[in-house]
Amino acid sequence: MSSRDVILARIRSAVANAPDVEIPRGYQGTGADREGIVEHFAEKVRDYRAVVHVVEAAAVPDAIRDALTRRTAEKVVVPGGFPAGWLAESAVEDLTTVDAVVTTCAVAIAETGTIVLDAGGGMGRRALTLVPDYHLCVVREDQIVPGVPDAIARLDPARPLTWISGPSATSDIELNRVEGVHGPRTLEVIISI
Amino acid sequence: MSQTFVGMPSFPKNAAKAVQDSQLRFNLRKATHTIRGKRAAVVGELPDWAELRQAGKAIKDHTLRHLDEYLLQLEAAVSAAGGTVHWAKDAAEANRIVAGLVKATGEREVVKVKSMATQEIGLNEALEAEGIKAYETDLAELIVQLGDDWPSHILVPAIHRNRAEIREIFLAHMPDAPPDLTDEPRALAEAARLHLRERFLRAKVAISGANFMIAESGTLVVLESEGNGRMCLTLPETLISVVGIEKLLPTWRDLEVFLQLLPRSSTGERMNPYTSMWTGSVEGQDFHLVLLDNGRTDVLADEIGRQALRCIRCSACLNVCPVYERAGGHAYGSVYPGPIGAILTPQLRGMDTELDRSLPFASSLCGACYEVCPVAIDIPSVLVDLRAKARHPRTERAGMAAAGWVFNRSARLARAQRFGGRMRRLVPKRLPGPLSGWTDTRDLPDIPKDSFRAWWNRTEGGTR
Repeated sequence: MSSRDVILARIRSAVANAPDVEIPRGYQGTGADREGIVEHFAEKVRDYRAVVHVVEAAAVPDAIRDALTRRTAEKVVVPGGFPAGWLAESAVEDLTTVDAVVTTCAVAIAETGTIVLDAGGGMGRRALTLVPDYHLCVVREDQIVPGVPDAIARLDPARPLTWISGPSATSDIELNRVEGVHGPRTLEVIISI
Repeated sequence: MSQTFVGMPSFPKNAAKAVQDSQLRFNLRKATHTIRGKRAAVVGELPDWAELRQAGKAIKDHTLRHLDEYLLQLEAAVSAAGGTVHWAKDAAEANRIVAGLVKATGEREVVKVKSMATQEIGLNEALEAEGIKAYETDLAELIVQLGDDWPSHILVPAIHRNRAEIREIFLAHMPDAPPDLTDEPRALAEAARLHLRERFLRAKVAISGANFMIAESGTLVVLESEGNGRMCLTLPETLISVVGIEKLLPTWRDLEVFLQLLPRSSTGERMNPYTSMWTGSVEGQDFHLVLLDNGRTDVLADEIGRQALRCIRCSACLNVCPVYERAGGHAYGSVYPGPIGAILTPQLRGMDTELDRSLPFASSLCGACYEVCPVAIDIPSVLVDLRAKARHPRTERAGMAAAGWVFNRSARLARAQRFGGRMRRLVPKRLPGPLSGWTDTRDLPDIPKDSFRAWWNRTEGGTR
């Protein structure tokens, strides 16, 4: 008998007399009120000590340029599919020499201050937003959802997903949060309204 | 489970030693109180916490009831997405599979994401024996590995170390640590970043666990903070994930519950900095999933004990436990310390050793663990059930048998009470020999002159 069969047989005999269970879903599901959602999201992202700007859609290109200038970022990765009107795509061979990465996102969650990347257009493969020390992410207002259930409903598990809540951090020293370990030490978010 | 702790004395002996260490008690008190406050604040933000908790509990119970079907569904989904699924009955088989997969790549080094399952099976030691060096990349795991120490907490294995001790360990064991390293947490994190940077970039094989596996889609989910997880999960050409069979959730939608319960219970954050989700082989990576039993099906067979398999390893129960706060994690002699460890370890390993038999007693049954558990594991009830199953010391068994004999007949009880009343002046404050175990920590109650019944009969209910 293979280990697979042994384990499955053990499970079947272990649960043979266990009762079945109804799953109560009385918690807040999708579709909560969107009132003040941009401010709500911005506030939660700032709580992680990320830098947040809220700008008019037309001002996004300037906001991106200003952020990169403040950062004095010279070598910048911009993944394929990034809106050309915002910033031109630019590929880089060696990620370790890059100063900054600029991406879009798939979904953003107001309740938790999270942005989710799904490796689609404007986001690129997962390493792009990991190796550089600075990540600038542009979030459109219509991409912000109220809570985690809304985000799950919008996302496709077949795509590789990265949920990002603030810059890289650790709580391993005396259980206090310190920003900046292996991922980008600075996260900057531009919200386009 | 891991051989590391074999031969350790029982919990009371370990704890008695640990509480003498004032530095340890100070470190633990500070850390657990910090995290308690943070957890309470972010849990209080969600008005539907109680409903999320009920849903989390029910989803896990439902999954366990149909674990065979969901595992097969997961296997099909992972395979369809280009991954390879392996099944391991026990630690030895899992270690053999992983060592074989690493050897097949021709590599002799692997990077690791923090994983309880691989600690449980002693994977690093098993790989070492095969000539493969495993590098831990989580900051706390790194501190433990560099200091040749044992983990003492599920989430923060180096919780027993304060910043000054961590600085000492880095200076002594990290060749590239800057000589002017301070004990500022920021500086310590920076040192770890520099130390591991090159290793991440050149690693060809990574080993991880997973927080959740989704049966319907074949998706694996890893929650982390530092980015070391993302480094390991995305950069290497080969990824091997060792995951306990109970980590399963039936549907993608079920994550909406657990991604709210886990971060808030665990690090006390609305969301942890990074969560990675992937399905099968992604971006050209070779992906292997090792499904681990290692005693879990034994736990599943126990009607009361099986709820321990709901555990999502958040460690909220450790952080609120008055016993853990004072004794620390090492006293439990297992990679799973604290209240959850006290019910999980004896069930996974069996109760053959003195240590494992003593674990269900490592509790005051105050119930704080049950209250904070995001999947409502009734830890006190399981503890009591395991206490009844543990073989008790011979003196205690003899005493209980004698008491049972006396209490079984009212005439015997009345005679014993009369005898006790007459001898009451002769009973010592502390009992001798093997009975001293009782009076070392408790006062003997005063024996009254009469039993209540005798008093009632003598005075006709106090009227005479």
